[in-house]
Amino acid sequence: MTLSQTHRTIDAIWKMESAKLIASLTRMVRDVGLAEDLAQDALVIALERWPETGIPDNPGAWLMTAAKRRAIDLMRRMKLRDQKYVEIARSIDLYTEEDVDHVLDGEISDDLLRLIFMTSHPVLSQDARVALTLRLLCGLTTDEIARSFLVAESTISQRIVRAKRTLRAEKIPFELPTGEERKERLSAVLEVIYLMFNEGYSATSGDHWIRPLLCQEALRLGRVLAEVVPQEPEVHGLVALMEIQSSRLKTRVSSKGKPVLLMEQNRAQWDRLLISRGLAALERSQKLGHPFGPYSLQAAINACHAQAPTVAETDWIRIAALYEALSRVTPSPIVELNRAVAISMAFGPSLGLQIVDELSTETSLKGYHLLPSVRGDLLVKVGLFDDARREFERAASMTRNDREKKLLLNRAAECESKASI
Amino acid sequence: MRFMMIVKATTDSEAGAMPSQDLIDAMQKYNEELVKAGVLLAADGLQPSSNGIRISYPEPGGKPKVMDGPFTEAKELIAGYTLIEVKSREEAIEWALRMPDPHGYGQGELEIRQVFEAEDLTGNPESLAKGATLRKQVEEQKSRDFVPNTSNH
Repeated sequence: MTLSQTHRTIDAIWKMESAKLIASLTRMVRDVGLAEDLAQDALVIALERWPETGIPDNPGAWLMTAAKRRAIDLMRRMKLRDQKYVEIARSIDLYTEEDVDHVLDGEISDDLLRLIFMTSHPVLSQDARVALTLRLLCGLTTDEIARSFLVAESTISQRIVRAKRTLRAEKIPFELPTGEERKERLSAVLEVIYLMFNEGYSATSGDHWIRPLLCQEALRLGRVLAEVVPQEPEVHGLVALMEIQSSRLKTRVSSKGKPVLLMEQNRAQWDRLLISRGLAALERSQKLGHPFGPYSLQAAINACHAQAPTVAETDWIRIAALYEALSRVTPSPIVELNRAVAISMAFGPSLGLQIVDELSTETSLKGYHLLPSVRGDLLVKVGLFDDARREFERAASMTRNDREKKLLLNRAAECESKASI
Repeated sequence: MRFMMIVKATTDSEAGAMPSQDLIDAMQKYNEELVKAGVLLAADGLQPSSNGIRISYPEPGGKPKVMDGPFTEAKELIAGYTLIEVKSREEAIEWALRMPDPHGYGQGELEIRQVFEAEDLTGNPESLAKGATLRKQVEEQKSRDFVPNTSNH
C-alpha cells in the first residue's frame, strides 16, 4: 500500500469509527469537545504508526485503546492541578482499558444515542445542531460540511466551536432523557436528521458531489438510529420517508438539468430497492401499534406515490385521508393546500377548490405563489379560464424564480386563448 | 456510493453443502454490524448453479440459447452478494475485509464491484456545467419544496 492509499484507508476507518469513539470518550470525560480532541489525538497516532505497522486487525479497538490511554494520561496530569478532574479520573476504570470489545459492543448504542441527544440539544441553534451532528456523528470534516452548505469553512468551524462551548457552558449532561422529555428530545433529533436530508434533497443536482452526501449521511444516521431505538415508531417513519424520497433522487432532474415534478417523473427509474426498504421501515413503524406520527404519515403518503404505477392509478383517496390525519397532528396551511390537491384528484376539482378558497384568507400563505397556482389549476379543471388566468398571473408576480414565472405566464396565456373561444 | 460484495462459489456451495454453524453465526454477527452502521442495503445467498439457468446469445442478432445448470468452474460462479452504501471505495474495502472468510477452507473469495450511479451514466460535461445555474434556481425554489408530495417532486 502506498502512503496516500494508507491515508485514504485511515480516513475511511476514521469516518466509520469516530462517532463510536467520541461517544465512548464523552461518557468518560463528560465533555464532548475534549472527547473529540482525544479521538483526534488517537487518529494522529494512527497516521504516524499505521503506514509502518500496517492497519491493525481491529482498527476501531486500536483507536479506542489509544484514545483511552490519552484520556487517562490527561486525567492523571489534570487531577494534580484541578480538583474537578478528580471525579472524572475516578470514573475511568484504569484496569479495563484493554477490554475495548466490551466497550465497543455493549454500551456503544446507548453512548451513540446520548451523543446525538447532545448534538441536537434545543439549547443550540438549528444550524449549530446540524453542523455538530455532521461533524461528530457522521465524521465529516469542517471542509466537507462547509461545501455542503455553500458557506466558508471558517463559518462552520466557528459554528462548531461555539456549539461545543455552549454545551459546556450550559452544562448539558451526557444522558438519556426519560419520560416526556425523552419524547421531545427525540423529536429534536429527528428534526435535525430531516433538516440534513432536506438540505441535500432540495439542492437537486447543484454540486455533483454535495447532494448525495447530505442525503446519504442523513439516511445512514436514520438507519443507525432505527437500530439504536427500534421501539420508536417515528424513527422508522422518518427512515421510511427518507428511503422513499431518496428513491426518486435520480428522476428529479431532467438530463438537461431542469427540475422534474413528481407527476412527470419517469417511474421506471425510481429506485425499487430504496422503495422496498422504505415500505419495510413503514411497516415496522405501523407494527409498533401507535397512531401514525407526522413522519410516518408523510412516509405513508410517499408510499402511495411509490406504489402507484402511474399518476392516474395513484390511491388519491388514501392520500387525501393521510393529509387529513397529518393536518390533525401538525396543522399547517401548507398541509391543507396539499390536502386540497389530493381531494381534487380523488373527488374532483370543485371540492378541492372549496378548501383552497378557505385558505385564501390565511395570512401565513400571503405571498406564497403556490396558493394561486394551485387555485388556477383547479379553476382550469372546472372550466373557469378567466379566473384561472388571473390566478396564474398573480402567482407569476409572486415568484422570483424566472423559470417558474415563465411557466406560470404561459399557463395564463393558455387560459386567455381558451377563455376567448 | 454503492458497492456489491460478491461471494464467489466453491465446490461446497455448488454441492449445496450448508456452511458450519460457526460460520453462520459469524456471518450473522457481521450482517448485524452492517445494519448497525447503517450501510447494509441488501444481502442474499444464492442456490447452487444446478438450479440455475443460463441464457446466451451465441449469434449476434440470433435467438437466445437456454441452458440448464449446473455450470462448471466454481470460481466464476457466485454464491451470494451483499450490497452496501458507503462513503468511499476505501470504506467498501474495509467492510469487505471485516467479512468472515465466506467458506473457510482455502476457497473463500470475495469480489468488490462498484455500482453505477445516475451521474456516471448521465454525467456528460454539458449537463454538469448546468449544475451551478440549477443550484441557484433550486435555492429560490426551496420555499416551494415545502409542499412535499403532490406538486413537489
